[in-house]
Amino acid sequence: MKALKNYLNKIKPNFEEGGRLHWLSSTYDAFETFLFVPNTTSKTGVHIHDARDSKRTMSIVILALLPALLVGMYNVGLQHYMAIGREVTLLTSFLYGLIAMLPQIVVSYVVGLGIEFAVAQMKKEEVAEGFLVSGILIPMILPIDTPLWMVAVATAFSVIFAKEVFGGTGYNIFNVALIARAFLFFSYPSKMSGDQVWVRTADTFGMGRGTVIDGFSGATPLGQIATSEAGSFSEFTFHGITGDPLSISDMFFGFIPGSVGEVSTFAILLGALILIATGVGSWKTMLSVFIGGGVSILLVNAFAQNAIMEMPFYYHFLLGGFAFGAVFMATDPVTSARTEKGKWIFGFLIGLIAVAIRVFNPGYPEGMMLAILLMNAFAPLIDFFVIDANMKRRAKRLAA
Amino acid sequence: MALSAKTKAALLGPLNKNNPVIVQVLGICSALAVTSKLEPALVMAVAVTLVTAFGNVIISLLRKTIPTRIRIIVQLVVVAALVTIVSEVLKAFAYDVNKQLSVFVGLIVTNCILMGRLEAFALGNGPWPSFLDGIGNGLGYGWILVTVGFFRELLGSGKLLGHQVIPQCMYDAGYENNGLMMLAPMALILVAVIIWVHRARNKDLQEETN
Repeated sequence: MKALKNYLNKIKPNFEEGGRLHWLSSTYDAFETFLFVPNTTSKTGVHIHDARDSKRTMSIVILALLPALLVGMYNVGLQHYMAIGREVTLLTSFLYGLIAMLPQIVVSYVVGLGIEFAVAQMKKEEVAEGFLVSGILIPMILPIDTPLWMVAVATAFSVIFAKEVFGGTGYNIFNVALIARAFLFFSYPSKMSGDQVWVRTADTFGMGRGTVIDGFSGATPLGQIATSEAGSFSEFTFHGITGDPLSISDMFFGFIPGSVGEVSTFAILLGALILIATGVGSWKTMLSVFIGGGVSILLVNAFAQNAIMEMPFYYHFLLGGFAFGAVFMATDPVTSARTEKGKWIFGFLIGLIAVAIRVFNPGYPEGMMLAILLMNAFAPLIDFFVIDANMKRRAKRLAA
Repeated sequence: MALSAKTKAALLGPLNKNNPVIVQVLGICSALAVTSKLEPALVMAVAVTLVTAFGNVIISLLRKTIPTRIRIIVQLVVVAALVTIVSEVLKAFAYDVNKQLSVFVGLIVTNCILMGRLEAFALGNGPWPSFLDGIGNGLGYGWILVTVGFFRELLGSGKLLGHQVIPQCMYDAGYENNGLMMLAPMALILVAVIIWVHRARNKDLQEETN
C-alpha cells in the first residue's frame, strides 16, 4: 500500500497543470481517489466530513451484490451439470459458473468504463464512479448464454444513450443496467427469452463437456407457468430442468434456471440487509415494492381464471427478478423518487405494474424490468407532487 | 443560369442549417413511420419533394389572388390535389411501396413541412424561388429519411433496398439482426444522433445552456 501511494505521488506532477500527461488528469484522478481517500480538506464553511462519498457507496452496493453473485455463479454450474447428467462437487459447479460469468463481467466493465473514461477525458471532468455498480449489474441480469458482443453493444448503448447524453452519473433518468437489458430484450428477443438461454448446456473453455440428457427443458419457472395450459394452479407444478418438481426451498435458495443475479432470493435478502444496515438502500422503496406486488397479486387471485392468475404471492416474490429488482434496481438513488413519501408511491406502483405485466401479458413472463423503467420516468413527477402537496399544506397552516 | 444569393439560400439552406427535420424538428411522425426500410424512405422523400415544389409554385402563382382569410383552405386544396396525383401514380406504378407507405402518402397533406413552406415562403415570393425552396426543403427532409432508412434497414434486417448485404458468414459467426432497429423508438434515437452530430459541427445552432 505504502509503495503504491509513493508511486502515485511520484508520478502525480506529470498529470498536473503543465505536466506532459496533463490531458490524462481525469484518468489519474480516478485511480488515485479509487485507491485512497482524497486528502483534501475544506478551507471554509462546514468542516464536518463523512467518509461516505459516492465511491464508498458504490463499494457497499457491490458488497451487497456479492452473495447473489456467488450463489448465482454456483447455480450456473449446478444447472449445467444437471443438464448433462453428471454429479460434481460444489466447488466444480462454482468454478464452472465463475469461468462462464467472468468474460461477461470483464466485457461489461471494459466497454462501460472505457466509454466513461473517454467521455470524462473529453469533457475534462473527473471520472464519475457510477459505472462500478452498473458494470456488475449488467451481466447479473442477462441470461448466461448471452453472446459477449451483445453484452458489449448493450453496455455501450446504455452508457452513451441512457447516461452520458443526460450529463453522466447522477443525471440519468433511467436505470443504466436495465436500459442495457431492455435494449437486448427488444433487439435480440431470441437470445433474451425462451427456454434456450437460461442454462448453459455447452462447455465453457473445455470445462464440463457432455451431452444433454433426455427430457431436458431449460424454461424458467415463470416461463413455464406463462405458457402452461393448466386451468388452475393446483393442476400445475413447477419443474426443474431435468423434469423433477421444484420445491419452495429450491426457489428460495436459488437452484432454478434464471439469470445469475435473480435466482437466489436468500442471497438477495442478505444483500438487502447490508444495504439497509449501511443506509445505502432505502427500506421504504424495497418494502413498498413488495406491498404493491402483494396487493395486486391478491386482487388478481380474487378474480383468477387460469394458473398464473391463481399463483400465490410467495411464488411471485421468489421467482424471476422480483426480489432482485426491488432490492437493487428500484432503490437506485439516482432514478428512484427522492422524497420519503415519494419512495412509498414509487415502490408500490413498481410492484403493482410488475405483477400486472407478468399475469396479463403472456409475451413477457417477467414484468419487473419494464415496471421499473416505466416508474423511473415518473419518479420526478411523483417527487414534484409530494413536494407540492407539502408546500400547500404549509401555506394553509400559515393562512390559518 | 446563375443563382442569386437569395435563391441559392432557398435551395441549399434547408439541406443544412435550416433543415426542416433536424433544425426545425418538423415532419417527425412520417420520418419515424416510413424509415424501417430504405425503399419506402426514398419514395417518400421523392413524393414530399415533388409535392412541396409544385405546391409552392402553384401557391406562389396564386398568391396575389388568394384572399388572406381563406388561404389555408386554398393551400389544403392545392396540396390535397397534388397528393392525390402522387398517390394514384404510386398505386399504378409502385403498388408494393404504396402498400408499405400505407396511410403516410395521404398524410403528406398534413405534413408540417409543406404547410410551413407554403405559409412562410410561397405566399411572399415568386414562383421560381418558391420552386427552389420546395425542392430544397423536400431534399432536406429526404436526406434525413434516407439516412435513417439506410441504417435501420442495414442493421435491422441486414439488407439494403431488399438485397442482402451482410454476408451469411457473419450470421454463422453469431451476428444477429437488431430487432429494435425495426421499431419506431430507434428511428427517434437515430434522428437524435444526426441532430447531435449536426449540432456538434455547427456550434452556432447550439442552444444556450445555463
